[in-house]
Amino acid sequence: MKAFLILEDGTVFTGTSIGSTKDVISEIVFNTSMTGYLEVLTDPSYAGQAVVMTYPLIGNYGITPDMESRKAWPDGYIVRELSRMPSNFRCEGTIQDFLKEQDIPGIAGIDTRALTKILREKGTMNGMITTNENYNLDEVVPKLKAYSIGDVVSVTTCTEKEVLPGEGPKVALMDLGAKNNIAKSLNIRGCEVTIYPAHTTAEEIINSHPDGIMLSNGPGDPETNVSIIEEIKKLSDTDIPIFAICLGHQLMARAYGAKTYKLKYGHRGGNHPVKDLSTGRVYISSQNHGYAVDASTVDPKIAKEAFVNVNDGTNEGLVYIGKNIFTVQFHPEACPGPQDSGYLFDRFVEMMNSRREKKDA
Amino acid sequence: MPRIKDIKKVLVIGSGPIVIGQAAEFDYAGTQACRSLKEEGVEVVLLNSNPATIMTDKDIADRVYIEPLTVEVVEQLILKEKPDSVLPTLGGQAGLNLAMELEENGFLKANNVRLIGTTSETIKKAEDRLEFKATMEKIGEPCAASLVVENVEDGIQFAESIGYPVVLRPAYTLGGSGGGIANNRGQLIEILENGLRLSRVGQVLVERCIAGWKEIEYEVMRDGNGNCITVCNMENIDPVGVHTGDSIVVAPSQTLGDKEYQMLRTSALNIISELNITGGCNVQYALHPETFEYCVIEVNPRVSRSSALASKATGYPIAKVAAKIALGYTLDEIQNAVTKKTYASFEPMLDYCVVKIPRLPFDKFISAKRTLTTQMKATGEVMSICDNFEGALMKAIRSLEQHVDSLMSYDYSYLTGEELLEVLKVVDDRRIWKIAEAIRQGISYDDIHRVTKIDKWFIDKIARLVEVELKLKRSALDEALLKEAKRMEFPDSVIGRITGRTEREIHDMRHEYGITAAYKMVDTCAAEFAAETPYYYSVFGSENEVAETRDRKKVLVLGSGPIRIGQGIEFDFCSVHCTWAFSKEGYETIIVNNNPETVSTDFDIADKLYFEPLTPEDVESIVDLEKPDGAVVQFGGQTAIKLTEALMKMGVPILGTSAENVDAAEDRELFDEILEKCEIPRPTGGTVFTAEEAKEVAGRLGYPVLVRPSYVLGGQGMQIAINDHDIDEFIGIINRIAQDHPILVDKYLQGKEIEVDAVCDGEDILIPGIMEHIERAGIHSGDSISVYPAQSISEKTKRTIEEYTRKLAQSLHVIGLINIQFIVCGEDVYVIEVNPRSSRTVPYISKVTGIPIVPLASKVIIGHKIKELGYTPGLQPEADYFAVKMPVFSFEKIRDADISLGPEMKSTGECLGIAKTFDEALYKAFLGAGIKLPKHNNMIMTVRDEDKPEAVEIGRRFAGIGYKIFATEGTAAALKEAGVKAIAVNKIEQVSPNLMDLILGHKIDLVIDTPPQGAEHSRDGFVIRRSAIETGVNVLTAIDTAQALITSLENTDIKKLTLIDIAKL
Repeated sequence: MKAFLILEDGTVFTGTSIGSTKDVISEIVFNTSMTGYLEVLTDPSYAGQAVVMTYPLIGNYGITPDMESRKAWPDGYIVRELSRMPSNFRCEGTIQDFLKEQDIPGIAGIDTRALTKILREKGTMNGMITTNENYNLDEVVPKLKAYSIGDVVSVTTCTEKEVLPGEGPKVALMDLGAKNNIAKSLNIRGCEVTIYPAHTTAEEIINSHPDGIMLSNGPGDPETNVSIIEEIKKLSDTDIPIFAICLGHQLMARAYGAKTYKLKYGHRGGNHPVKDLSTGRVYISSQNHGYAVDASTVDPKIAKEAFVNVNDGTNEGLVYIGKNIFTVQFHPEACPGPQDSGYLFDRFVEMMNSRREKKDA
Repeated sequence: MPRIKDIKKVLVIGSGPIVIGQAAEFDYAGTQACRSLKEEGVEVVLLNSNPATIMTDKDIADRVYIEPLTVEVVEQLILKEKPDSVLPTLGGQAGLNLAMELEENGFLKANNVRLIGTTSETIKKAEDRLEFKATMEKIGEPCAASLVVENVEDGIQFAESIGYPVVLRPAYTLGGSGGGIANNRGQLIEILENGLRLSRVGQVLVERCIAGWKEIEYEVMRDGNGNCITVCNMENIDPVGVHTGDSIVVAPSQTLGDKEYQMLRTSALNIISELNITGGCNVQYALHPETFEYCVIEVNPRVSRSSALASKATGYPIAKVAAKIALGYTLDEIQNAVTKKTYASFEPMLDYCVVKIPRLPFDKFISAKRTLTTQMKATGEVMSICDNFEGALMKAIRSLEQHVDSLMSYDYSYLTGEELLEVLKVVDDRRIWKIAEAIRQGISYDDIHRVTKIDKWFIDKIARLVEVELKLKRSALDEALLKEAKRMEFPDSVIGRITGRTEREIHDMRHEYGITAAYKMVDTCAAEFAAETPYYYSVFGSENEVAETRDRKKVLVLGSGPIRIGQGIEFDFCSVHCTWAFSKEGYETIIVNNNPETVSTDFDIADKLYFEPLTPEDVESIVDLEKPDGAVVQFGGQTAIKLTEALMKMGVPILGTSAENVDAAEDRELFDEILEKCEIPRPTGGTVFTAEEAKEVAGRLGYPVLVRPSYVLGGQGMQIAINDHDIDEFIGIINRIAQDHPILVDKYLQGKEIEVDAVCDGEDILIPGIMEHIERAGIHSGDSISVYPAQSISEKTKRTIEEYTRKLAQSLHVIGLINIQFIVCGEDVYVIEVNPRSSRTVPYISKVTGIPIVPLASKVIIGHKIKELGYTPGLQPEADYFAVKMPVFSFEKIRDADISLGPEMKSTGECLGIAKTFDEALYKAFLGAGIKLPKHNNMIMTVRDEDKPEAVEIGRRFAGIGYKIFATEGTAAALKEAGVKAIAVNKIEQVSPNLMDLILGHKIDLVIDTPPQGAEHSRDGFVIRRSAIETGVNVLTAIDTAQALITSLENTDIKKLTLIDIAKL
């Protein structure tokens, strides 16, 4: 079946329908990872967006037990070519079937590089994937322009508390749309991880006496999460060590008065160099964000830049002065992507341990 | 970290002659590194024995020494030039081994010279099997169970404790020389003995066999601050068991999930960090196909063939960045030369797929085993880029120039299913064609996978190609099917053949439907950032993104494709210099080539690079888009010349010598007319198509005769026939491939062979010098030792040669380069071959005369005259030194290849000896080729009857410098009769002790074995030569070479070598 991708600027790509045949309007973003399409599909941060994979051959190893959350989140999926025969010892099914099961509409067989260039030049745009050949551009384009992502954190977060048992420090993980590997990264380091829904109050978390608080990644515009930001501010007023990733990093910055802004086309992929300003070392990181913290709006008395993106100089992390708080824009939990910054979880565990030792003393 | 200020003068060591396992990739890496160093104001001293390289140009380095790569030479050079640093990791294994020897013997320290880039401790840790294993164990990186042994007994014991099969890898050898898989004790002993001898340190690793696992490589970079990145990973389609240089390789990996990909990536970063490498590094893994278990196979702490491939596959210039790192820069300080926006500290993301296929030399060595093992055999490779795997594979296949254009090119339909599965067990260069046939016959993926261990994903891709092929056969060709076939890169000619149409009909049909090639950019970042580098590949079914340029005149330069015997790096040298020359004259330059190892496919050589197959259809698509003002074909070897006719049909003017005149030189009748008109004699002969015709011509001329196909390079298929039987055999071999052109049969003249390269502007000619071959006619010019200036011809003969060259160049209306080969008998000069194009000797003669003939020829092509370029026409005055070009062979790598020299070229590379005296130049040339005598002072002589008088004198001279001569009966008798002491030995079929025992006893320095002319039917000589080569004994098969060798041995003492800076000539 034919499918069409219609962009806000009126550009139309014609390809073949994959997955669900329903129409969807969404924000179109591109990801440059060459492996890890399943992790991308199940990353809650893509809620409200349709993803273009710039690598042209997708689905080569099928569906493996590597889902990063309970389901697939993107509204749509855009690829050059899906492999008809996946091959991998852990393969449990094809991506074609997975997209259908997950009711995700998609389009294959289009020039994804040309599409990526449009998004790069004009910035992230809204678009529609449809199988309706009789679409009317005059009707569709205004609808596309009117689309906005909305409150997706509430959609993606868990509904109930969950505990991953461990013998080490107790971590309260605020699930803003978390990838599984954040909890796993802490759990394999011995932590007991309690995952809380995003709208849990600060009071409840503080009363559970965690050794540390982890703020996860998540979808959407940070600015819309007003009440969560308030709770985060309260959490930060304690001396409990806090480590935040991606959306969590942005919300913490906003809690302290810094601004966030939308990047022209975001950072989504597994090859972004970030520099640790305390050592000068550069790490290759996994990234998925459309918004960034405006470092110039960070009060230097409150926090200082800890990481910066080597390519475009945007902020990639903050350390809060006089507090046990550090936050990063990139994804040390990887999945997909490089594991180079996994040491940050070690740093967080050390912070929790040293606070515990001090208390014990 | 900023640049280290006290690095001011750096010695860069190249990799020497091209041999299997060490080819043009090191010229590419070295050239890039030198340019990168000069950019930083560093004075570069370059040492390489290979004159055909671009790195040995005075434009690339400040001081250039084309001298043998020996410890003594490097020491002398360091004393003379006083560099403060040596950069050892860009010259392949040869450069690295030399630097290590100098470090180990304390010379560098004593002279205050440091190794920059990766340190010697690191190199040792990575290269020494024991240390490497210990290091891997320390950081918990798994290696296959293994033991380094220094003798056969220990090897047997270990192998039998872990069980057969075992893999054997000698330490410190090129391209896995001497390695292999042993399935039992007999094989173990055979391979191990050989490996221990070839290893520089007498060590061989005996290892658990992991054959059949996935073979995955990572290219990693690390700077002095500890930052590391991976440039690219690659997956070998052929699982572990075939040397990666002989495997079909795809980038990025296709069948690895993110978990496997990141697991190995993290491992690679751990390894490079633990080894403390600063620069580039290659890590090879075996990955179990059914679990996450993996083993580290090998680490190369230097640039390599794989890093050249990774650079071309991604656009990330590894050697350039490695050179900057050696100067102290960190990755985040080095700009990404492709995007000019990002930095070297990022990882390239591909939005396409790259396939590399090796170019194997079995067309040259028809007696050789085609089996592929852990011993590399390929002389070169091709790469292709496409946005789907099927297309990339199809493009790579047709880039090979081995008469293959699809998966139908070899017919295995005569085999039954069972037979196919049987032949698939043997890994050879035609395996993918056999898999295609297996799919056609309905054999299941499971069965194919079980036998080949090739991942089913790749098998399915081959199946998709077969399906399209069948659809083309069975369904009507409509727009949709044509689109599908083109997207998978079926050439028009193949579609036409299957559907019963002509290539042109398919072409026209395509254009009617608007199905044309679009070009995409290699930008390192999957379009995330705007890139400025015009490096393109074609796809079907996508938008074109090449910007139209019309501001300058445009020239299309056609490259020479994969490195093969007969067409090597020298044509890349010519293509690159031609491009630079046109650029200087204000042209926009466009290069088309498909060889990832070369300088010409570096993205900053031409204004635009199209990484594409060199077939008429592929070139036409580029021409349609670029509309060049002209094309240059005379610098790209036979590959480019073959495109001449097609280019003319496309309406592209051929710049320089016209196509008709190129034809005239190849067409026997036209050429005879020209010779007659010019009153130039040639050996009499005729043109034939069949053996009967050939025998008739031969009968008329009288044997021996020279038989060869026309329009070939490197004397492919050329043979000397001494009787009718030979004719039958040789014509049979030539006609195995359908010939478009007649076969030439000429009277064979045994005289001195003379070679000339000249530039002609239509009126005047310029001959930089006359070269004389040491071996008499009958041995291919590429395999002969070539001497400049010519030594043994008279002044009168030189003038005759000049005169003939002028007449020929003028009559053929040559504009640009011409290469002529002559035979001189007494004062008579005969023309044997004329090539109105660049030749193998062009870089050599340019360098030793200091006359830049490629730029001159390019300027002449543009319209300048020799006189206005500041040269006096005619033969240039002779230099006051001597230059000897020595062929270098890779026979030990190719099992069962016959090493005896003849009219068909067999050498893979060359080196140069240059000195004030002829003897020293000759000595240096032998030294550069690795012939370093004496060790044991024992030699074997077995010569044909015609050679006996000369052999006796050569024997006398060897005896004179202390050699003990063993000889077969006839030769021994001849020697004794002339009063030369010789010990008669039994031939191999006779009882022990015989020749074979002597050779295998490792006490022999040299074998002189001249086989009789004609087709040799005795296995005896063949076995002697093979055994000698495989046990590391030097073998000479031409009496003239032997004479040259003894001359050089008699006269020179190595300590007195003088080093000459070519840049000052």
